Amino acid sequence: MDHKRQTLFIQGNEAIARGALAAGCNFFAGYPITPASEITEIMSRELPRRGGSFIQMEDEIASMGAITGASLAGAKSLTATSGPGFSLMQENIGFASVTEVPCVIVNVMRGGASTGLPTNPGQGDVMQARWGTHGDHPAIVLSTSSVSDCFSLTIKAFNFAERFRTPVILLSDEMVSHTREKIILPGKDEIEILNREKPSVPHEWYIPYEDTEDGVPAMAEFGDSYKYHITGLTHDINGFPTRNPKEVEAFVKRLFRKISNHKEQIQIYENFETEDADIIVIAYGSVARSALRAIKIARKMGIKAGLLKLSTLFPFPKSEVQNAASKAIKLIIPEMNTGQISREVKKAISDCPVEVVKLNRIDGSLITPKEILKYIEEVD
Amino acid sequence: MPYTELIHKYLRHNKKFPHVWCPGCGNGIVLGALIRAFDKMNFDMEKVVLVSGIGCSSRLPVYVDCNTLHTTHGRALTFATGIKFAKPELNVIVIMGDGDATAIGGNHLIHAARRNIDLTAIIINNNIYGMTGGQYSPTTPFGAKAATSAYGNIEHPFNISELVAVAGATYVGRSTAFHAKLIDKLIIQAVEKPGFGVVEVITHCHTQYGRRNNTPTAVEMMKLQQEKAVLIEKAKKMSPDELKGKFTIGTLVDRNLPNYCSEYSRIRRVALTKTDK
Ligand SMILES: Cc1ncc(C[n+]2csc(CCOP(=O)(O)OP(=O)(O)O)c2C)c(N)n1
Ligand code: SF4
Repeated sequence: MDHKRQTLFIQGNEAIARGALAAGCNFFAGYPITPASEITEIMSRELPRRGGSFIQMEDEIASMGAITGASLAGAKSLTATSGPGFSLMQENIGFASVTEVPCVIVNVMRGGASTGLPTNPGQGDVMQARWGTHGDHPAIVLSTSSVSDCFSLTIKAFNFAERFRTPVILLSDEMVSHTREKIILPGKDEIEILNREKPSVPHEWYIPYEDTEDGVPAMAEFGDSYKYHITGLTHDINGFPTRNPKEVEAFVKRLFRKISNHKEQIQIYENFETEDADIIVIAYGSVARSALRAIKIARKMGIKAGLLKLSTLFPFPKSEVQNAASKAIKLIIPEMNTGQISREVKKAISDCPVEVVKLNRIDGSLITPKEILKYIEEVD
Repeated sequence: MPYTELIHKYLRHNKKFPHVWCPGCGNGIVLGALIRAFDKMNFDMEKVVLVSGIGCSSRLPVYVDCNTLHTTHGRALTFATGIKFAKPELNVIVIMGDGDATAIGGNHLIHAARRNIDLTAIIINNNIYGMTGGQYSPTTPFGAKAATSAYGNIEHPFNISELVAVAGATYVGRSTAFHAKLIDKLIIQAVEKPGFGVVEVITHCHTQYGRRNNTPTAVEMMKLQQEKAVLIEKAKKMSPDELKGKFTIGTLVDRNLPNYCSEYSRIRRVALTKTDK
């Protein structure tokens, strides 16, 4: 990472790799898959020359295991994949979640289920990012809509992972990841970097899963001389398996609390001309780009349209969506799926009189500004 | 060191006993061998990481006073790979059952061996899925009865030591629970050997395997281990006929191959000299 600002013309996937390196990522494990392979290839070249570690594993299950192990040994670790690989990672994502291991998983979404449309964009993995691994667990899920987002949100993803001791999922899509755009990379001292808190107490006092007010216990790394037990079984504050209902409940509640208590810090979104808007489009990922264009054209036509662009999908920015709903007459939610975020929106605003209109494409094609504009005009 | 002192020194004081295993289970014998090996190697336990998957055997690390990680079923080697590669100064030892290592985790096992990352894998082979109630595993003998092969197993078993040897392991040793002292020796050899080392321990699950196959007690099953195991040095002088129904124990493979972490250090130096972009 350079100290000075840099203007570049690069692809989304390259910006993700550069963002990860800027955030201090020093470990990558992955398995190649379109449209995420460029991230894996760049990391294989860049990490060794920075003293970091790259390993190509035998599959995505192994990749997720390796980045979790590396993080436990003190590394800042990353993997990158697309739908089929993301499915394989789910069990170990749950493990990292309940053992509270910071790491970042990039899923460059393709179209469709199963092998689907490997070279088309899609947004079908939103709910899988939230609920893909079994059991109740909190999740942080971010979504990129530009090359510049790819860089800055990757850094945010690492910061959230470290600050809240949790896996963070960054959703990109084929369009964002393969688009080349101008990007101004900030200088090194302009970037905020967070690192996990380490224990400072004597060994005998260390409680690895302590139920603190903040909810995020200090994390010792292997070799640090704090010897403790880590298990995916539901555990007590010392890390040992427990079935005691009181301890189980306290543990699950803390897992959720550590995210929900800090949700304002995690929820990233941007408002474009929503202040006086009658019609607000709520969008994320590459669709947010089309939406921005659409509301600009609508404004020129004299229609009061605005955009709420979501960069954090989970924890879902409920109050901001409620805020939009209280201002507008209609909300339009365009998505390249059958309506995964629109369901969250409807849940959030169930007591608002506002009308919610879905706009969905499931054919592997982008939603164009024109299509969104048509919906805006219809509403008017 | 007397056993009581070993136990106080290497096992956790804050972990509630009794352990989870059935009385007579071979897993405890492996735990004993492991702490004797630690003591002989005079290890700094702060630098030891014990990693396991899921199964009766994978409950072993929780009792040991070091860094312990109980992962997902079959995936222990993937976590261990990340730990070792991120911090090569750690001694990483992986404990797995036969189902854990060769069914759900079989792919990771052959790739860890092929990649030759400096780990020691102790595979506790009881020829059955113990924890889930005695279903057949990839090492259940042909014809044997299990909870899912009431009419006799029609699949053919893996020979784990041969499997990892052809996959590229630099060290392979095999013992039985009966030959407890040999386990100590093999663990020390495997740990001290750079690269991927495997110690297979043939053991008994009298509860789930023995009772379905006419050997319902640990003692009967250990007697069979005694009868069937032949030291490799002795086996070399025996005819194929004499070896029928027997298996070899001792140091089976011991060879030198470049290992992943030291090769990667070389890659870091090479990468520094390349200045594209
Ligand atoms: C993904 C997944 N599938 C299945 C299981 C259920 N399961 C737990 S232990 C086990 C088999 C254990 O057998 P083995 O590895 O031979 O160990 P042992 O109990 O005999 O020591 C199975 C199938 C699981 N925990 N996770
Ligand atoms: S079921 Fe078998 S492997 Fe498990 S503890 Fe009992 S004897 Fe040991």
